[in-house]
Amino acid sequence: MYVIVVGGGKVGYYLTRTLVAEGHEVTLVEKDARRAAALRTELGEVITRGDGCEVRTMQEMGMERADCVVAVTGDDEDNLVVCQMAKHRFEVARTIARVNDPKNEEIFALLGVDHTLSGTRLIYSLIQQEVDVGEMVLLSALKAGKIEIVSAELTEEAPVVGKILQDIRLPKSSVIAALIREESVLLPSGTMEFMEGDTVIALAHPEDEPTLRTCLLGGVTKSPITTATEEERKK
Amino acid sequence: MRVVILGCGRVGSLLANTMDKAGNEVTIIDENADSFWRLASDYGGEKVTGIGLDEDVLRVAGLDKADAFVAVTNGDNTNVMAGQIAQRRFKVPRVIVRLYDPIRAQTYRKFGLETICTSIIGAGIINDLLTGTPQRPIEEYIKMGPAVEHVLPVLEDKAASSSENEEERK
Repeated sequence: MYVIVVGGGKVGYYLTRTLVAEGHEVTLVEKDARRAAALRTELGEVITRGDGCEVRTMQEMGMERADCVVAVTGDDEDNLVVCQMAKHRFEVARTIARVNDPKNEEIFALLGVDHTLSGTRLIYSLIQQEVDVGEMVLLSALKAGKIEIVSAELTEEAPVVGKILQDIRLPKSSVIAALIREESVLLPSGTMEFMEGDTVIALAHPEDEPTLRTCLLGGVTKSPITTATEEERKK
Repeated sequence: MRVVILGCGRVGSLLANTMDKAGNEVTIIDENADSFWRLASDYGGEKVTGIGLDEDVLRVAGLDKADAFVAVTNGDNTNVMAGQIAQRRFKVPRVIVRLYDPIRAQTYRKFGLETICTSIIGAGIINDLLTGTPQRPIEEYIKMGPAVEHVLPVLEDKAASSSENEEERK
């Protein structure tokens, strides 16, 4: 696979090193001449100095035959333009952008970037998983945030504990995707019984989440912070 | 007309002053409050300090009610991204972005963003002055892009056609 990485910061550097070690063909573009020279002493010919947003640089790198373009600079607007130019000028099949401001994930998806990755959101959701026992945690969002993957750990108060899946009235269009018990993954079936300590993985529309939470975890709970509105928080 | 201008540099401040004098409702955004010194002393419009790519800042600037949005920061990519947020998220009827890079200007123009490339226009006008060619309409200068345009055809925008699915402008 031929991968073009734009941005020679820490993320770009380690990503390139990993891809090279895995035997992929890689080009890493770095705008800053000094940084590019430093990278080249270690990674060699895979480093190109140039502006990844410039069509001429893109041509020199062979953008038209790239299988994947990954934009990991520290500036969201640059990452967006790299991905859009790669798509619209060179028909690159897969574009991945690092998003520094998590708020930009949705707009990137709307503007045609295939995948976005927000370090801020990843770390935040990991923290949430530790903090909110007995709460629903947002794991990831699909379709520009219209569908969310959430997890909920069942405490002994959870109303679903001791019940089987087919007896539970889930909000419409919400789906239980899996159940994690101890360290095994259970696929949902109608007769599957929920037990204390289980982690439920579900897919839901953001607006259905309060109902889903009440259904799985019961009474007075707060929204996952990333999707909560002020009104929901007051409840 | 309600117009929001992003970037209070030479172009942004001049445009803000002119539009304000002509009786329009002008809001100008800049991430650096010091930049507002360029505005005329009798400028009567709004000033918003903040990052122009932040939807919350754009909302404070009244983008959801704006008739026009103009992005004239010194960063092409900032202008392109802000312009697309204005167009797709806030459904602003008229969006104009100033770009220095002719190729980016052509690319984004092809998929529906009104771009003004001052590099092409400037080079074209100077060329005509030097060669004694009569001045031409702006559209003609805009078409005088670099040759790469012929090498690389711009692809149809697949993302733009899905914009109808977005929520209606309030």
